[in-house]
Amino acid sequence: MNATTPWSVAQTEGAALSTRKGDLARLLPLVGPLFLIVIWDLVVRFGLIKAILLPPPTDTIATLILGMLGGPLLYDFWVTLYRTLVAFGIAVLLGMPLGIALGSNERAYRSVEFVIDFFRSTPASALIPLFLLIFGTSDVNKIAIACFGAWLLVVFNCAYGVINARKQRIAAAKVMGASRWQIFKDVLVWESLQASFVGLRSAVSMALVIVVVAEMFIGSESGLGHKIINAQQVMNTKMMYAAIMSAGILGYALNVAFLALERKIVHWSGR
Amino acid sequence: MTRVINAPIVVDVPQPRFRPGPQGTHITIRGLTKYFANWPLYENFDLDIPKGKIVSIFGPNGCGKSTLINMISGLIPIDSGEILFDGKSLKDTTIGYVFQNYREALFPWWRTIENIAYPLKLMGKSKAEVDRRVEELVDSFDVKFDLNRFPYELSGGQQQTASIMRALAPNPEVLFLDEPFSALDFEMTLFIREKLQEVFMKTHTTMMLVSHDLEEAVYLADQILLLTKRPTSIADILSYDDPRPRTVSTLSEPSFISTKRRSLEIFQREVRR
Repeated sequence: MNATTPWSVAQTEGAALSTRKGDLARLLPLVGPLFLIVIWDLVVRFGLIKAILLPPPTDTIATLILGMLGGPLLYDFWVTLYRTLVAFGIAVLLGMPLGIALGSNERAYRSVEFVIDFFRSTPASALIPLFLLIFGTSDVNKIAIACFGAWLLVVFNCAYGVINARKQRIAAAKVMGASRWQIFKDVLVWESLQASFVGLRSAVSMALVIVVVAEMFIGSESGLGHKIINAQQVMNTKMMYAAIMSAGILGYALNVAFLALERKIVHWSGR
Repeated sequence: MTRVINAPIVVDVPQPRFRPGPQGTHITIRGLTKYFANWPLYENFDLDIPKGKIVSIFGPNGCGKSTLINMISGLIPIDSGEILFDGKSLKDTTIGYVFQNYREALFPWWRTIENIAYPLKLMGKSKAEVDRRVEELVDSFDVKFDLNRFPYELSGGQQQTASIMRALAPNPEVLFLDEPFSALDFEMTLFIREKLQEVFMKTHTTMMLVSHDLEEAVYLADQILLLTKRPTSIADILSYDDPRPRTVSTLSEPSFISTKRRSLEIFQREVRR
């Protein structure tokens, strides 16, 4: 314990030195967005693009903020988020156990690998008309198709996580006398988490993409996709851009949330 | 009178009688055969491992030193042969195994203390029993680091110490060590080597140690098992009886030096063969 004391002192000194630089460094991520907004503003100001196609950033951002603060955007935002999360949740509930089971039986995985890879490579949006045919234009349709796309990603990544589990950890459990079931629940499931989280993160992005696309189809009455296409139809470009931006905010927030969750749960990742 | 034509010929092939090892044998290996890619690694290999001794295994590269202990510990299946522990099979025997790569041997999702307790939980011990045994281990290893940390927060030497504690937790009848020091720095190697010797003097657990460092192999051993190139057989078994605890001064004892020299001679003879 004593040996660590000088080190902790050195660390605080180091931290103190870097705070002055750190304050500025923390602002660096803002440079990109600010630069983008300035360019956007200049383009509109000098009339390089017609105002009807590209409204000024201030108006757009105002529409976005007002829309999100209880205005018309907020409802669609929640609807899209709800559909995405329900689709994703079902995909995880159905996909994770299956992926882990397939991964722990390599022969079973090899026999369905082609099917999974094929449908994983097929753009899920190409299947939307098919799902429309089956489920109609209801909420269920959007959730079902998004769920399908996300489910494939979850299954595939969980299976790979188990297949690529460190052989030595399995050996360590085996030599301690662990049964197959104990190896499965104490080693394989944990080992697969890192890859599973990669799957979860891509799955939630995929679910969002498909939900938004599905919302653009005829018959939709809500959701950000519906908002975007509606605003475009009536040339309400301010609203269109605001809706696009809120979809971006949603995607980004989901990604950040999953990264944080991953760091919390798979705390050993990369160490 | 009828005669059976083409009657099946029954030949009585006598089962080879199981030959027990000499008095004090712990592990008996008989007729062990293992092929890798249609090429024999071990063929009809017999070996007796004495009880309560440390046996160091030394031999040329690729002769299957680790494979041997992996087969005995059940990590690699054998093609044929028999391995018995005091006459029992592996599944009735408690063993411990220390891997070279401690990073991939401990479970990073659990705290170090949970890792050490895991084999006890597998045996179905109660919480009180587990706690008592872990405390015992902590005392005997004189642990100075925080076992409530996760393995990846510890240094290499600390992780390997924890691995050894985990292997020893269920009071194994045999402890296998596969190059346990080769991923450690010199200071940590010395420390863990001494701990291991201490534990051995206290418990007299049978140990099988694979090492690529001859000095270390001899220093810890009661017997040095020298293997030939593949197909692997026993080149020689040397005894080394200097009293324990062995210390730095042991390294300059004539008996140590001569055992080491003798081992090296046999090793070189086998490598050139």
